[in-house]
Amino acid sequence: MKPFRIIYLAIVFLYLYIPLAVMVANSFNVNKYGMRWDGFTLQWFSAMLQNHSLMEATRNSLLVAISSATVATVLGGLGATCIYLYRFRGRKVMQVTLLTIMMIPDIILAIGLLVLFVITGVSLGFWSLLLAHVTFCLPFVTVTVLARLQGFDPNLIDAAKDLGASESQTTRHIVIPLLKPALLASWLLSFTLSLDDVIVSSFVTGPSFDVLPLKLFSMVKVGVKPEVNALSTLFVGISVVLILICHYLTKENKR
Amino acid sequence: MKKGVLTITDLSKSFDGLSVVKNFNLVISQGEFVTLLGPSGCGKTTLLRLIAGFDKPDSGTIMLDDKDIGCTPPEKRQVNTVFQSYALFPHMTVFDNIAFGLKITKTKKSELLSRVQNVLKQTQLESLAHRFPSQLSGGQQQRVAMARAVVNRPRVLLLDEPLSALDARLRQEMQIELKKLQRNLNITTILVTHEQDEALSLSDRIVVMNQGAIAQIGTPREIYEEPKNLYVARFIGEINQLPARVEEVNNSGNLTINVLGKNITIAKEIDCAKGDRVHLLLRPEDLRISGDIDEAMPRFSGSIIDRRYRGATLDTTIRLDTHDITLQACEFFDEDDPDFDYSIGEKVEVSWVPGWEVLLKDET
Amino acid sequence: MKPSSRITIITLLGFWLTIFGGLPLLLLLVTSFLGQHPEKFFELNFSLESYRQLLDSSYLDILLRSIKQAVITTLLCLVISYPFVWLTARMNKRNRNIVLILVMIPFWTNSLIRTYAVRIIIGTNGLLNKMLLGLGLIDSPLRLMYSETAVVIGLIYLMLPFMILPLYANLEKFDYRLVEAARDLGAGNTQIFLRIALPLTLPGIIGGSIMVFVPTMGLFYVASLLGGGKNLLVGNLIHQNFLVSQNWPLGAAMSTALILMLLSMLLAYTFILRKMKSREVAG
Repeated sequence: MKPFRIIYLAIVFLYLYIPLAVMVANSFNVNKYGMRWDGFTLQWFSAMLQNHSLMEATRNSLLVAISSATVATVLGGLGATCIYLYRFRGRKVMQVTLLTIMMIPDIILAIGLLVLFVITGVSLGFWSLLLAHVTFCLPFVTVTVLARLQGFDPNLIDAAKDLGASESQTTRHIVIPLLKPALLASWLLSFTLSLDDVIVSSFVTGPSFDVLPLKLFSMVKVGVKPEVNALSTLFVGISVVLILICHYLTKENKR
Repeated sequence: MKKGVLTITDLSKSFDGLSVVKNFNLVISQGEFVTLLGPSGCGKTTLLRLIAGFDKPDSGTIMLDDKDIGCTPPEKRQVNTVFQSYALFPHMTVFDNIAFGLKITKTKKSELLSRVQNVLKQTQLESLAHRFPSQLSGGQQQRVAMARAVVNRPRVLLLDEPLSALDARLRQEMQIELKKLQRNLNITTILVTHEQDEALSLSDRIVVMNQGAIAQIGTPREIYEEPKNLYVARFIGEINQLPARVEEVNNSGNLTINVLGKNITIAKEIDCAKGDRVHLLLRPEDLRISGDIDEAMPRFSGSIIDRRYRGATLDTTIRLDTHDITLQACEFFDEDDPDFDYSIGEKVEVSWVPGWEVLLKDET
Repeated sequence: MKPSSRITIITLLGFWLTIFGGLPLLLLLVTSFLGQHPEKFFELNFSLESYRQLLDSSYLDILLRSIKQAVITTLLCLVISYPFVWLTARMNKRNRNIVLILVMIPFWTNSLIRTYAVRIIIGTNGLLNKMLLGLGLIDSPLRLMYSETAVVIGLIYLMLPFMILPLYANLEKFDYRLVEAARDLGAGNTQIFLRIALPLTLPGIIGGSIMVFVPTMGLFYVASLLGGGKNLLVGNLIHQNFLVSQNWPLGAAMSTALILMLLSMLLAYTFILRKMKSREVAG
């Protein structure tokens, strides 16, 4: 490849990575404001652990992310399988609704849900967050699972029946094992989407249930907070691990 | 009517008002190898899916032995299918793929092992038993698909264009293997294909299909040498078609017909009267050019407009002088004259071997 | 699946999508036609007041500025991504995968954290200013923070993967031999780009642009963190009306207007796609 091309790729990557790299470096930097490198320290990580409200918000966020990823994967995975296997009334409407939820800006869904929750009297907190997060994760799960299903040889299910397997045996022995990588990838994607979400969470949570994005938002609005660097570094690390897992899984898909 | 393993009576099926299989009747006896042959869209795959149970017939019956299985779901039929795409389970090894049907029917472990081993040996897959389908070549996948079906000892084995994904040479090899396996196991088999070579070389009987109905049923030889209608004649092999008119129907069963202005007498019995329009059909390999012509035969003069060297044969295209008709001929090289050849534009006379012609009534 | 469990699943998913997907959007539309009330969220009577207020110059200004920023962000994302993706698609499979993973890591990192990271870089005492000062390119630090530029830099940073991935999905399928064929037939680089590459990759370009443009207008926290109080996006206005001034009908009217705008863009996109498809079939 010509040097010019390499330089171009490098510049784009620098743009993507320098901010993250500086943040990671600062999380180990003795200098609180990151003006210059004053030596290595882990003190910001311990400060982070001692910041109770930050830790509570992290716990809450993880709880919401794990629960909503699980509900979205189960409901979306089974739903996508039904959409793929069967022709039923409302199938098209279902697909259009899923696409709409995926395409509209988060903020629209967020305020819509806020209005719904306030009118119906659902208290804003864990449950409202769970319902909202599952809703915006569902389309991503169904898209992932449907793509996997459509990648199958359409005769596989006929083949299983031909060999004597009943409907439930076909689901158990053929459909679910084949969907495993897609389901795992969906779960990871939902988990990340939920953890990453700022917009929807801002609207549908209440003061009694603080979540990470809001906590971070209020912390960084006023200035640099080294324990935020530490926490962010931790999250970048987790993201790298998750994406590698995901990549491995999609590779498995193609085998 | 002869009693068969599979008896199909008056079977019909349509999709969205489009009739795909029409009043289909067929009896297949034990151990027979029957091929459903026809172009795509002729209903052959639908027929196979009806027999397998993936689709339900609109009317008519499918009897397996003495049971009507028309409405039995596929998992309850003693019929197994080899799919065109093989449909091997990608998350299972060769062994597990083959053992799937036996595991589902809760076959005893020892019996399962011995049956799978036995089939693995017969299909030469023993060394590949623990591979995954993605690690196999096309031919190997094809064998696994066969093994997975036959291990269940189906009453009828259905093959849906099983060789179409393979290249020409491998297809020939697999044809031989397939036939051997079928003969050894003595499994009643129905093959669906649009490849006439495959149909001719594998089948005991061929069912040529046209728009959901049977165009002709017969042994490969009957289908090739005595096609009953123009559709079959044109679909199987190459054929030259000359328009003719019946001049006279003789008492002895002979016919005199007029072909391109020449009268000839043919020993054929078809239901026709004086003046009827008929077709004289000639296979390219039955044509004779110049030197080899029987004295009693009519001859047509023409010129060579194309020649193609094919190794074992020399194929030529001849345009007749008097009519705007071209004929395809196919001659074998013989030892006496290894150098025989034609030049483009060369004047020749064409005729055919007496008795090898086919005469069909005009259908329009 | 057994028929009973099949029906259960379909019903459950259908209910979920209706109640949490369709109903909220409907409620939003209804709310936008309700009367405003200084103490309550809304008043239960039909009113076009909110839509009338939308036409107020201060709101229109923000809407237009917001659109402008979203357009600039989308275009810059496209300009940066297109050559990047074009080069990536030509690589061998291994390198391609590495590049894609590297693009996706930031994509999977919390966007608030990333916005914050951008702030560290472009702040008055940030790395960017230090580098430029050190290189002698500038004499005094650039005041990038709390400006429209800062917001756009942040938006591009967040949205770049959303442009790269759809473009890649499209360009991956692009048959490079077409370029060789065009060159063989005597086309120059510009002609190849305009006549071959651009028309064939148009679906990817439009798809990526929508993926960037649509969410951009809602990213209120980017405008808050990088733009200060002055450079607002439509998202900030909606956020403010719902969570601060609690004027729901006005916020809902803004959302409805936003949806209408995006919907018309989407329709244009499907129209173009269909046209291209029919041309392929005809050709």
